[in-house]
Amino acid sequence: MTSTTDLSSLPASPPASPPGKPEKVLIIGSGPIVIGQAAEFDYAGTQACKAMREEGITSVLVNSNPATIMTDENIADVIYIEPLTVDVLTRVIDRERPDGLLPTLGGQTGLNLAVELAEAGVLERYNVRMLGTSLRTIQLAEDRELFRDLLTEIGEPTPKSAIVETWDQAESALEQVGLPAVIRPAYTLGGTGGGIVNTREEYEQTVRSGLAASRISQVLVERSLLGWKEVEYEVMRDSAGTSITVCNMENLDPMGVHTGDSIVVAPSQTLSDKEYQMLRTSALKIIDALGVEGGCNVQFSLAPRPDIVPWSGAETAEALEYNVIEVNPRVSRSSALASKATGYPIARVAAKIAVGRRLDEITNRVTGRTTAAFEPALDYCVVKIPRWPFDKFVGDRRLGTQMKATGEVMAIDRTFEPALMKAMRSLEFSGRSSLWESPHWQDDGWHANEGGHLSATDERMWALFGALRRGIAPTDVSGRTGIDPWFTERLAHIVALERRLLAEELTPSLLRAAKRMGFSDAQIGELADHLPDRVRSMRDEWGITPVYKLVDTCAAEFDAETPYFYNSYEEENDAPPTASERVLVIGSGPIRIGQGIEFDYCSVQAARALREAGVQAILANSNPETVSTDFDTSDRLYFEPLDEESVRDLLDNEAGNGEAPRSVVQFGGQTAVNMARALQRAGLPIAGSSADAIDLAEDRGRFEALISSLSIPQPPGAAVETLEQALPTAEAVGYPVLVRPSYVLGGRAMEIVQNANELVRYFGAALEERSGPILIDKYLEGLEVEVDAICDGESVLIPGIMEHIERAGVHSGDSMAVYPPRTLTGEQREAIVDYTTRMAFALEVQGLMNVQFVIAPEAEPSGPGVFVIEVNPRASRTVPFISKVTGVPMVPLAVNVMLGRSLHDQDYEGGLWPEGQLVAVKAPVFSMSKLVGVDTFLGPEMKSTGEVMGVDDNFDAAVRKALIASDTVVKPGATFLLSLSNQTKSEAVPLIHALHEGGCRLLATEGTAAMVRGLGIPVHEVTKLLHESHPNVVDVIEDGTVQAVINTLEGGRATQMRDGFHIRRTATEMRIPCYTSLDTAGAAIRALGTPGGAYDVRPLAEYRDGVEV
Amino acid sequence: MTSEPRPPARLVLADGRVFEGEGIGADGTATGEVVFNTSMTGYQEALSDPSYGGQILTMTYPIQGNYGVNAGDDESNRIQVRGFVVRELTDLPSHWRSERTLNAHLQRAGTPGIAEIDTRALTRHLRTRGVVMGTITRSESTDEALARLRNEPQYGTEDYVAEVSTPTPYEFEAERPAANGSAPHIVVLDLGVKRNIMRNLAQRRCTVTAVPHDTDAEDLLAMKPDGVLFSPGPGDPMLLDHVVRMSRGIVGRVPVMGICLGHQVLGRVFGAKTYKLKFGHRGANHPVRDNRTGRVYITAQNHGYAVDGDGLDSAVTVSQVHLNDGTVEGLEHREFPLFSIQFHSEASPGPKDTEFLFDRFLASVTDQ
Repeated sequence: MTSTTDLSSLPASPPASPPGKPEKVLIIGSGPIVIGQAAEFDYAGTQACKAMREEGITSVLVNSNPATIMTDENIADVIYIEPLTVDVLTRVIDRERPDGLLPTLGGQTGLNLAVELAEAGVLERYNVRMLGTSLRTIQLAEDRELFRDLLTEIGEPTPKSAIVETWDQAESALEQVGLPAVIRPAYTLGGTGGGIVNTREEYEQTVRSGLAASRISQVLVERSLLGWKEVEYEVMRDSAGTSITVCNMENLDPMGVHTGDSIVVAPSQTLSDKEYQMLRTSALKIIDALGVEGGCNVQFSLAPRPDIVPWSGAETAEALEYNVIEVNPRVSRSSALASKATGYPIARVAAKIAVGRRLDEITNRVTGRTTAAFEPALDYCVVKIPRWPFDKFVGDRRLGTQMKATGEVMAIDRTFEPALMKAMRSLEFSGRSSLWESPHWQDDGWHANEGGHLSATDERMWALFGALRRGIAPTDVSGRTGIDPWFTERLAHIVALERRLLAEELTPSLLRAAKRMGFSDAQIGELADHLPDRVRSMRDEWGITPVYKLVDTCAAEFDAETPYFYNSYEEENDAPPTASERVLVIGSGPIRIGQGIEFDYCSVQAARALREAGVQAILANSNPETVSTDFDTSDRLYFEPLDEESVRDLLDNEAGNGEAPRSVVQFGGQTAVNMARALQRAGLPIAGSSADAIDLAEDRGRFEALISSLSIPQPPGAAVETLEQALPTAEAVGYPVLVRPSYVLGGRAMEIVQNANELVRYFGAALEERSGPILIDKYLEGLEVEVDAICDGESVLIPGIMEHIERAGVHSGDSMAVYPPRTLTGEQREAIVDYTTRMAFALEVQGLMNVQFVIAPEAEPSGPGVFVIEVNPRASRTVPFISKVTGVPMVPLAVNVMLGRSLHDQDYEGGLWPEGQLVAVKAPVFSMSKLVGVDTFLGPEMKSTGEVMGVDDNFDAAVRKALIASDTVVKPGATFLLSLSNQTKSEAVPLIHALHEGGCRLLATEGTAAMVRGLGIPVHEVTKLLHESHPNVVDVIEDGTVQAVINTLEGGRATQMRDGFHIRRTATEMRIPCYTSLDTAGAAIRALGTPGGAYDVRPLAEYRDGVEV
Repeated sequence: MTSEPRPPARLVLADGRVFEGEGIGADGTATGEVVFNTSMTGYQEALSDPSYGGQILTMTYPIQGNYGVNAGDDESNRIQVRGFVVRELTDLPSHWRSERTLNAHLQRAGTPGIAEIDTRALTRHLRTRGVVMGTITRSESTDEALARLRNEPQYGTEDYVAEVSTPTPYEFEAERPAANGSAPHIVVLDLGVKRNIMRNLAQRRCTVTAVPHDTDAEDLLAMKPDGVLFSPGPGDPMLLDHVVRMSRGIVGRVPVMGICLGHQVLGRVFGAKTYKLKFGHRGANHPVRDNRTGRVYITAQNHGYAVDGDGLDSAVTVSQVHLNDGTVEGLEHREFPLFSIQFHSEASPGPKDTEFLFDRFLASVTDQ
């Protein structure tokens, strides 16, 4: 019998939910951006809110993340920016009385909270219906045991496994499970005694030692699927039982690497129709059995080529073998990718299904003619590559089951090679095209298996090219990596063309072949020894220009209305220029540390403002997770790498025979701003501040001269090229000094240096990695303050001033910040407004600007003590925060300024916007538990991945909320471990008293304990000498004695870095707060004193505008 | 993607549009109606589907040949398309079941093809102006090719069924689950049957006999079938008067299932006319609504003609419609155990969501 027949014999799925459409629906967001939960849920939530609006349903949205589009007033109807806890959500439900809850659109966070609300009886008490996928379905899919049972019941395969307690049992288990197998001893720390075994001898040895190591003499023997193909299906099902698959995706990296860390292609490339349909049928059978109503993701492992990855049973197998690995009964990162890869808006459709619509009642807005009940047909290839943070962090780069990427890029082309090459360009690693090779790769690493260059790390993609370049055969590369030879053969094509470009004269046919293969002008130039511009002009001469193809869900079968394009070196252009006025908004590319979702927020707002002003918005971006790459955000979407070549190509396409539209570069973070110079060189117009204004702010020498001419104070310093220049400069301004490369993103490679020795070390490292000047500034350890401003050339509007909780030295992206400022004097405020205004005029800013100040009165006794430390003539990270808390629509104002409407014409005037009644605290959120080996101390280099906001009508409540939302709150009476640097000991005295008075128990390392005892406060000493005695600092954190850590260090990378490293890492791994700044600790300790529940839960607009909504 | 340079080739359409590319498959020319299929997998099954008789097949998915070709995935005993059009054909397939490259497969069958053309542009052209005759050539100029094209038989005037149908009856050989009790005997009227139809029946323990398209009703009934399946096939159903006539002798006497061309023939038996669609339905993503339950099924389709529901007599109802354009997708007789479907419940290539229709057919067989 076929599987479909089995399907019909299953118990009927529950009848279509009888109650009608809900009137008011609660949507839970996913909170701050962390590794594993990023912008894709802003995209999903935004789509859900829009879908509710289309259905005439009121949406109530709760999210703690202010940098999201979904928390914008024109997306949801009622918006709460509040911590995501059961308590807060219960209070929201009590106040709003929604009759429905959408559980499946806020990632795992939203899903878990929905389940907790249901289990706590809150939904029942308030008569809130769980919409779409039911609680039972969620539990069935999330509980491993229940899910396994369900799969067994419907005859779907899961990886074979057996629990054994004796060698006899192990022998029969081997028959059943086969080799290779994974041995996991029960109850051993970190899997001691386990591992993967390939032979019977290894099996016996490992099982025996595992049984011995296990406290209960038990091991789990599981079939190893390492190296099997990993394939995902995105499926949808409605209440009538209609089921479709939106997309299937194949991981280039086989099983063993987290799918979020895998390079993914869509559709699958190496599956025959038999395999494709087998897995598709299985996925549909599973969602039917689960009773999913909405979207769902099903992950499979599929048998690989046995000649590449041997597996037991392969010799005799005729059938195609697979296993079901995991199911997510909600929208996910993969569903966002699938939506962008196909044009099928999964979250929107899932939300509509949840409120009772059937797939065939929902219009496919891409074609405008067909419905959501169909399966997209792709006539292109999509490649996704994760964006890992190891360009910023030193840590364990190996990829495995713990996801490490902060974001991802996607690229589209008609065939695989150019899609891959464009995706690599989209990563925006400067100087790291596919030609890049790590200087650390030694010759012997090419043939090593374990730990060789081809093992799974963030650099493997480049290493694959490296291996092929060295003549290692594609099948050998596949054998060593488990990557299907189909892919390695394709990479070999690329390498073969590299060779031709190196060896042959560049002819029109070779150039065309290279472009069709995805080589950038810069790469071709590098290989064929021409400047990139020369390659471009050759292309122009020879007529080798890309055309733009449409993503239309139907492989051109129907005329499509949605203008969503990718470029390709093909014949026919689907995207002729339009006649209307239009402006290009350059997006911000992949989410990475230092450039997060805030810039997507700005890009989306910019597109909307343009459209509202009657100007067509064109958007270019490479990030599939975002709202900006939703096809209805702009009038035209170009899914392209954000580099000079791609942006110029699309502008050329837009120009047709006329003029290119203007480009907006100030909303897409550093990615977009960096484009200004290239655009200017190419004679392409920029809307808003000119390339020269940007250069003026970024070029240290020019900027310093300008600021001096305005008589605005800044910390003394200079740009230097060599160590010989650096030493006297540092000496002259006086240590400590802040050193950094001149062009920075997220404080990359920025350090506070205490003395000449450290400076020498910094230079050694810096010169190895980059060229260009190094900036040395006097480090003023004062209060840090920042403002965002809008300038139209006539006036400068400052919506608000933010005061950082941590003093200067901690990157602004990692600082807690409060609005309005709490400690500034009137004179200081005036100075801030005055300096900002004069700099904006002097820089001739048209649009947005961000300025960071340090307040150091002792450094300027004669004046207000306000020093400018940085100016960025672009939208900053804080634009969404400040826009939301002040109600000043910064991005639309700036866009209209660029379109020629003054602030005055928009009913705004210059100066500081009046402060509101609310207090808002922004707190950073880190993903450090996922990045093994990365040090967590706060410094000038940014480390956070996201942020939350706590808002209330007083500071204490706002701080408390921010801490709760960022999961760094400490309970009264908690036990603290203190390990303080000498420099900070005296300053910590009031905190230690506060902790003691707050009933906290104190543990401290040797020196700190002595100091605490000196204060007459009881303290328990623990050693930081890890190898000498127990319990040491690590023990007391690991065994749960300690609930919070305060660990300060002085200066850059002294011995304390090493000492404290284990303390900080252990705290991170135990997921307890570890404060490395006394300022943050102070805020947290202060919040200890705020009684629980002493905060309000109200819609943002109510706090801000003081009126009930 | 190729290891050796390929000769230039062009696809010339009867309306004068020309696509320049590279020759793949066999040398020589190929002429036929140019159609497109939007399925992302299943090139081997599609190439061997007899319903493509007389046609040049374009796959809209640009990368073809990825998993090679194996003996098990053919749907008939040869490549049925006249010519094959792709954006990219790989000479380096990767699959453990693969026995040869797709290119070698085309060469062995003597089927010419063309690669490295903008197949999306071609698809848009066909979608906009409707399917059109075309020819693949390596040596001729466009004018020469056009002149030749004008003199070759036009699709729609030719009966391709005779070409693809079996000349003599045969029993379908397949591994079958052991029969407990009697195995139903199903006779398949072969208008261009796909193996997977017979495989589906065999898996359901049936004995399957395929008979030629011009078998008499009496001869067929003499084989004592428990049910008759009217198979899919190529070409214009209006050319199949002889099959329609013969069908009248079958209908009402044994349970009947019709698929694709078989469905169109049955439509004609019940008074309907058939008409040509602008560019047909070919792919693996076609949504069909069951009028009784409201549920939508994703189906595999491959047809250029449709049954006009207006002329149907009241003995049959339209049981299914295409969600995108409302065309008739299924017929059901009010009294007799007879139903037909425009789509391919046997899939291969395509989704298997409607394989249960074979169960429905066999249920009607065993009820008798």
